[in-house]
Amino acid sequence: MRLCLTMAAPFSWIRPEPHGIYVSPADCWIDPSRAVGRALVTHGHADHARGGHGGTLATPATLAIMELRYATRDGATPVSYGETIRLPGGVDATFVPAGHVLGSAQVLLEHAGERVVVTGDYKRRPDPTCPPFEVTPCDVFITEATFGLPVFTHPPVADEIGKLLKALADHPGRCVLVGAYALGKAQRLIAELRAAGHTDPIYLHGAMERMCRLYEDFGVDLGELRLVSDHTKDEMRGSVVVCPPSALNDRWSRRLPDPFTAMASGWMRVRQRARQRNVELPLVVSDHADWHELTRTIAEVDPAETWITHGREEALLRWCQLNQRRARALALVGYEDEDD
Amino acid sequence: MESFAALVDALVYTRSRNEKLRLIAEYLRRTPDPDRGWALAALTDGLDFPAVKASTIRNLMHERVDPVLWTLSRDFVGDTAETASLLWPEPERGAMTPPSVSEAVDLLLHMTRASVMSDLPRLLDRLDADGRYALIKLAAGAMRIGVSARLAKVAFAQAFEVPVEEVEEYWHGIDPPYAPLFDWAAHGKPPPDTENLPLFRPFMLAHPLEDTVVNLVDFVAEWKWDGIRVQLVHAGGETRLFSRGGDDITATFPEMTAALDFPAVLDGELLVRGTHQGGDAGGAASFNALQQRLGRKTVSKKMLGEYPAFVRLYDALIVEGEDLRDLPWSERRARLEALMARLPAERFDLSAVIEADHFEHLAEIREGAREEAIEGLMLKRRDSPYVAGRKTGLWYKWKRDPLLVDCVLMYAQRGSGKRSSFYSDYTFGCWDGEPDEGAELLPVGKAYFGFSDEELRLLDRHVRQHTVNRFGPVRETDKSLVFEVAFDSVHESKRHKSGLAMRFPRIHRIRWDKPAHEADRIEALQALVRD
Repeated sequence: MRLCLTMAAPFSWIRPEPHGIYVSPADCWIDPSRAVGRALVTHGHADHARGGHGGTLATPATLAIMELRYATRDGATPVSYGETIRLPGGVDATFVPAGHVLGSAQVLLEHAGERVVVTGDYKRRPDPTCPPFEVTPCDVFITEATFGLPVFTHPPVADEIGKLLKALADHPGRCVLVGAYALGKAQRLIAELRAAGHTDPIYLHGAMERMCRLYEDFGVDLGELRLVSDHTKDEMRGSVVVCPPSALNDRWSRRLPDPFTAMASGWMRVRQRARQRNVELPLVVSDHADWHELTRTIAEVDPAETWITHGREEALLRWCQLNQRRARALALVGYEDEDD
Repeated sequence: MESFAALVDALVYTRSRNEKLRLIAEYLRRTPDPDRGWALAALTDGLDFPAVKASTIRNLMHERVDPVLWTLSRDFVGDTAETASLLWPEPERGAMTPPSVSEAVDLLLHMTRASVMSDLPRLLDRLDADGRYALIKLAAGAMRIGVSARLAKVAFAQAFEVPVEEVEEYWHGIDPPYAPLFDWAAHGKPPPDTENLPLFRPFMLAHPLEDTVVNLVDFVAEWKWDGIRVQLVHAGGETRLFSRGGDDITATFPEMTAALDFPAVLDGELLVRGTHQGGDAGGAASFNALQQRLGRKTVSKKMLGEYPAFVRLYDALIVEGEDLRDLPWSERRARLEALMARLPAERFDLSAVIEADHFEHLAEIREGAREEAIEGLMLKRRDSPYVAGRKTGLWYKWKRDPLLVDCVLMYAQRGSGKRSSFYSDYTFGCWDGEPDEGAELLPVGKAYFGFSDEELRLLDRHVRQHTVNRFGPVRETDKSLVFEVAFDSVHESKRHKSGLAMRFPRIHRIRWDKPAHEADRIEALQALVRD
């Protein structure tokens, strides 16, 4: 007797395309790098959250960040952490905290008895500005790999904040200018400074003001913030000034009192990267998982398959091979994390 | 080791010379003996640990890290020592017992080729990532973190408030960890005894003459030969040759070692025999010929035959134990002339004094310097003692006028330190044909000085407004701005696409008014080559 079964190959309903991850039964994309009909957006960084989609599903904070950036809420559907949304074609989507930045989420997709988790960007360290990453069991785990090289070990954030405060104390007549990604890193850095007992006013580059206010609206206390443009050089002596990385060596910094330049980024672990940025004080503070967190997370989630995307896929793929884990590297375009 | 590691790290990230001096000086003041001596040696000359080879670190890592992961990491980081320091399994926090610098040096010195593979890991296990980086750099010999011997000496002088000339004088000939040097500078003991050591004495240097006019009754003129300034020292039965920075280049010019066999310290120009400079009478080949000999650790017989070196003597500092440095130039000159009979003519001659009746006559003679392929003139006060460094009013250099060529700005790069927000390093090129018929610009040089702060602001703005491409810290500009570039000479060079290399290029004038297509063509520059 012959049994004739018509069954789709496992996970054929979700596939990597150059411009994002496509969920075919629901005709929707995850973090597409160009405008599409329906998008699920993991977090507000520009390389994940593009504007102009017909419909966008994301957490309320991510939608607020996108609104700030693109000045429109058209087609926005807020989804809270833990809430499950039924998409067309029998696909269920659940947003789970990713611990990356305010509003960041992993997306759990369930269809035909199969579970797929798309992490977006994530980290495992505590972050005073967002809820922590939750390990979600699944069959396919689609992980980021920004710091997917064994040289990346992010030190405890308290050590790095300590270095920053020491530099501040060592250079009383100057200011310490910290380059930090305007969404996430800047607010986390400020919150960590506050947690370390630094209560002085912190000065901001104009480009960061609105995002900091948005964080405060979502209940993140950042203490007293002032705009650089409202104050004189003398007022800023002995203070921390936060700016986007691109402003570190820009003409803008000429208005500051002899700035001692720092940059908060996971890339600062590598000396030449810090030197290329002309940074005097590298602070290894990252909103991404380091190598040990990436590998530990794969082990904890323990999926049948791991798909690796945006970053140094090769090394993580090699680790999976060495640990007898089925894995593949996806070639998605348009993701950049040079400023983390 | 922690404070040494912190110093190394701070030096890696610091671009300002003053800040580097401050960091090193502070470390030297705060650190006990003999740690600071070893640290100083590691930063400058480098320490030699025969058991540790370049391959040692690689082999150690291959025992601990998957080779594919190692290669991917090494390629990303770009430095073996740093990659190893980052990949080394992290010891438990708080469980570390970091060694002092001297303990680490002592352990490294006692390692053998057989024991290094087990001894070095034990040492690395006692350090965090920054400590491991410093240790591996120190163990491998060359730190290469932008600290020259000169910078370290200035920092040492600054740390203990002693004259840098004396530091330079005592430094050479004392081995790490330089105990007598610290005894003298930090503990107030008498200075080290240097009489029977082949030591480097700091050079006397000259200021540019610029608009000064000197009276030839007080001043004497010599040619400024285009070689490298050297000091030849014979003491304690040994002969050594030092370059201007105090580097020992004895091994590069072995023919000079045997040429001086009585105690003396002589100052002169190292040249290669030839007829390029000053014709047959000048007797010296071009700087390019000398360059064939520079930077080599061993010299072949062929090299010695094709490019025979000699020293054209300028001055005598010490002869047979007698220090002449406080005597006037004219007396030292007489002693030097008397000495010539004792020196082999094959290896030495005397820098001739130029006969001129008055300053204007001298200016005419200088006009001929380019024809003679000589760098220019030196003017020395007849009564000047030999003093270290540049003392105003004693010696002047009066270089021949520079060559000028009109080039087009092609690329600009951010400067460092105070200039880090300015595009201040410029690469410029000349046309390889008729600009109106599709010719392209070929880069011919790079310059980062010759303009005022105000001009720098204007140039910075020009670069930002005319950027067509970005490559990391470099911007490519549209080809619209002409620089009148001054340079001392131009030579053929295989290193550049244009096949030419300028010496001492600087921005002479910014030609805001000149259209780019009127800039010079490569042929104009080629015509100035005189090799």
